[in-house]
Amino acid sequence: MKQPLILPGLGILKGMAVTARNMIGSYYGRKRLHTISYPEERLALPENSRNFPFLVYDGDDPEGGLRCTACRMCEKECPPQVIYIKPERDENGKLTKHPTVFDIDLNACMSCQICVEVCPFESIKMDSAFEYAAYEHFESLVLHKSDLAKSNTYYHGIKPTEATAVDANLEAERQRKAEAAAKKEAALKAKQAAAAANAAAKETPPTSDTDASD
Amino acid sequence: MLPTETHPQTQRNRPALNFAARRPWSTLALLIAAVLVVGAGVLFLLNLKAPGLLTGAVVAAMGDPGQAPLILKAGLLHYLETAWSCAPWMLELTSIFIVIGTLLSVFGVIFALTSLVERKMLARIQNRFGPNRAGPWGLFQPLADAIKMLTKEDIVPTGADKVLHLLAPITMLVPALLVLAILPYGPGMVPVELGVGILFFFALGATTEVGVFMAGWGSNNKYSLLGAMRSIAQMISYEIPLFLAALAVVMLSGSLSPDAIVSAQDGYVFSFVPHWFVFTPWGFAGFLLFFTAALAESNRSPFDLPEGESELVAGHMTEYSGFKYAVFFMAEYIGLFAICGFAVTLFLGGWHAPLPWLEWIPGYLWFFIKLYALVLLAIWVRGTVPRMRGDHLMGFAWKFMIPMGFAVILAAAVWHYAGGGVPGWLASAVIVLMPYLALGRVVAIQYPASRRVYRFSES
Repeated sequence: MKQPLILPGLGILKGMAVTARNMIGSYYGRKRLHTISYPEERLALPENSRNFPFLVYDGDDPEGGLRCTACRMCEKECPPQVIYIKPERDENGKLTKHPTVFDIDLNACMSCQICVEVCPFESIKMDSAFEYAAYEHFESLVLHKSDLAKSNTYYHGIKPTEATAVDANLEAERQRKAEAAAKKEAALKAKQAAAAANAAAKETPPTSDTDASD
Repeated sequence: MLPTETHPQTQRNRPALNFAARRPWSTLALLIAAVLVVGAGVLFLLNLKAPGLLTGAVVAAMGDPGQAPLILKAGLLHYLETAWSCAPWMLELTSIFIVIGTLLSVFGVIFALTSLVERKMLARIQNRFGPNRAGPWGLFQPLADAIKMLTKEDIVPTGADKVLHLLAPITMLVPALLVLAILPYGPGMVPVELGVGILFFFALGATTEVGVFMAGWGSNNKYSLLGAMRSIAQMISYEIPLFLAALAVVMLSGSLSPDAIVSAQDGYVFSFVPHWFVFTPWGFAGFLLFFTAALAESNRSPFDLPEGESELVAGHMTEYSGFKYAVFFMAEYIGLFAICGFAVTLFLGGWHAPLPWLEWIPGYLWFFIKLYALVLLAIWVRGTVPRMRGDHLMGFAWKFMIPMGFAVILAAAVWHYAGGGVPGWLASAVIVLMPYLALGRVVAIQYPASRRVYRFSES
């Protein structure tokens, strides 16, 4: 039987050729590198990435356009209780469906997304921003309403699919409401018309049936 | 291509990108300019005391770069003698400290550079960037590492033998530094001309083991002790092939002095192949043996079992932190440089130029170029070969390298008696190749290369 020639050390030489190819190649082929130089270059985050919640506003006014109605649903549901909301009241003490204070304490937020799930107005959503490193807890890591309010355009930027679905949802909701309002109005009108007809009928005196009975 | 588009991130708390990382060339130019200006200023101030003496020495050194360090040293001593009228014993001491300071700073710089180059090279082998944040191309990384190491807490375990724990890193570092004293760096540049330099080197190499075991025993930790025991077994085993390979060179050059060994490798065959021992069959085999054993002696991959992090945390260095850990780290690197310097001296012609028309480059530069090439080779091997298993490690030393060491000695003897030339070449090549192939077959039968089968996880 012919035996193959065995040269000890040949395997190491082959391996060293491979590593040399990788070492030199990594300077020429950008494709080889699996990592990027982070602060200068950034990877687009996946659409489903999520970190901390933020508040969506429509239009250009971060204050007036807020979808939040200060219903405090998220505040109540938040497991680590990091949301603090103070609803706005007008001079009569009546709620104006707008928050004066909306704080989220990132120190304890656990990114569970429950606030997003309970929100009936699609107003709180998960953000994918992650650069929150800070030297102290209290000034930098408690986000206020002004930090949290981000436009719907931004929302479309980070999560196009979800944002489009939400927009469609809101539109449908608006239409449904409009229809309901229209129906209600129509019903009211019909009722009014019927009532008017009824009243008119009551006002006219009966003429013919007295004759028939006789 | 990776998608690298900018993501709409919040811009909060973004630290300012550092100047050095963004403008590497200007930073480097600034640094060099600063060093030159400071150097010129110091030279000017010193020159005021005895005009012309120091600048004259510098000019003379520039005129003869091959002997520049010697001229500078002589010039400085002369300056101290005339300008500051130093006593002879002070001059003697200064002369010693100049040499020590130069060696320490040169090897310190190489150490700092290597700690970065190693990480960079390994990263590139693994298709990563490697450190590139601190300074231009990450050049300030060693500085950052040093600051980190020095500011860390120095923890001594409660159950540790405090004296041993303290002495171990020192016992590791001192022999490594002492070895640097006997290397011939250039023509006439041997810090200590020792007739028995080779013996001195091996004696000090053996001392390192004591340091490792002191660290392992003194830490009072099972991982440390196991790592130290492995280290002892490995170092003692690999010292034999190391010594056998060096012995062949000693036989041929007829001297134990490194300087004499370097001069034995002077000259060129056919006026372009240098007369280095590595270009003979026995010398080539001896160099490979020496280098492999050197990797094992300095605990480097693939022989880094003593500190195999996957099973032993960090081996004998487990219980060390802060400056002591840094000293261990430094001892390991300096040990690697020393042993690579020895490989250069023994087999690669020391400070001799590889080609006759390259002799204008100073000898000490050639020495460090060769030394660094070997260091890079060691890093390359580390990036290639995985760690060996304990029994394979010992088997490799005792069943392959030591018999090969004896074959090398025999081949060197045959070469000597054949007087070199074609017959010597052929005879020694046969004597080296035969056991190489035979042992290769034995090793291949004993440890057949086969695909690993996982009994439970693969079915």
